[in-house]
Amino acid sequence: MTMNNENELSQRFEIVGGDFSKAGKTSTSIKEILQEIGIDSSIVVRAAIASYEAEMNVVMYAQRGVLTLNITPMKLHLKLDDEGPGIEDIDTAMQEGFSTATEEMREMGFGAGMGLPNIKKNADKFEISSTPGQGTSLRITICLDKKGRK
Amino acid sequence: MTLKEIKELLQAEVVYGDDCLDLEIKFAGGSDLMSDVLAFGKPGILLLTGLSNAQSVRTANIIDAKAIVYVRGKKPDKMGIELAKEKGLPLLSTKFMMYTACGLLFSHGLPGVSGLAPKK
Repeated sequence: MTMNNENELSQRFEIVGGDFSKAGKTSTSIKEILQEIGIDSSIVVRAAIASYEAEMNVVMYAQRGVLTLNITPMKLHLKLDDEGPGIEDIDTAMQEGFSTATEEMREMGFGAGMGLPNIKKNADKFEISSTPGQGTSLRITICLDKKGRK
Repeated sequence: MTLKEIKELLQAEVVYGDDCLDLEIKFAGGSDLMSDVLAFGKPGILLLTGLSNAQSVRTANIIDAKAIVYVRGKKPDKMGIELAKEKGLPLLSTKFMMYTACGLLFSHGLPGVSGLAPKK
């Protein structure tokens, strides 16, 4: 974990695509960090759910990804950049129930087309961009104070 | 309802967490889809599922579930049990199928996630 200054910390996690045995480890670590530094439990669960869904998307669809957790006194940021197939039509991908999951993904209990909408639901601010054939980027912000919360 | 009462009602076997049976459970939800669990689950939930791989334990841990009951006689794999031990998450296994297990708990007064409780 890196302390950028007295009031800000960040941690970078590498996620390997296709490695279902480690799927969820990064999000579990993020949850533990947030608990250790005393973040409110309702925020911890929202951040954990958003990072878990994002991590599972990398494991299921991409070759690799980097998830960066950044915490300031006011906000929690999760930045995810993956190298993978990308998303052709983001509006369609954001619809609940839309999924391109394989049978293996569904056997893991995922791939129901709930991931991206669920990330958005748990974020106060959510941005997604993608280049087909290259990868997808997510920017998730959760406000730590009541101002700015959805 | 305590986890011990749930164990008896569902004639369940304790896979892990013999010393956690005094835990008070206030509501429950059932699904094999972890995406759904992440969407509807709330901290403190008793999760009933037929998904027996380690993702069930990871998902339960992420949402701060109190315990997992595996239905249809399923039991989690070794990785799932190790993870549950690490996180202190009790695991039970019942031979009842999902519908029956949920119905038994609901009819004995355990509400769902929405708070809907059986009529007395």
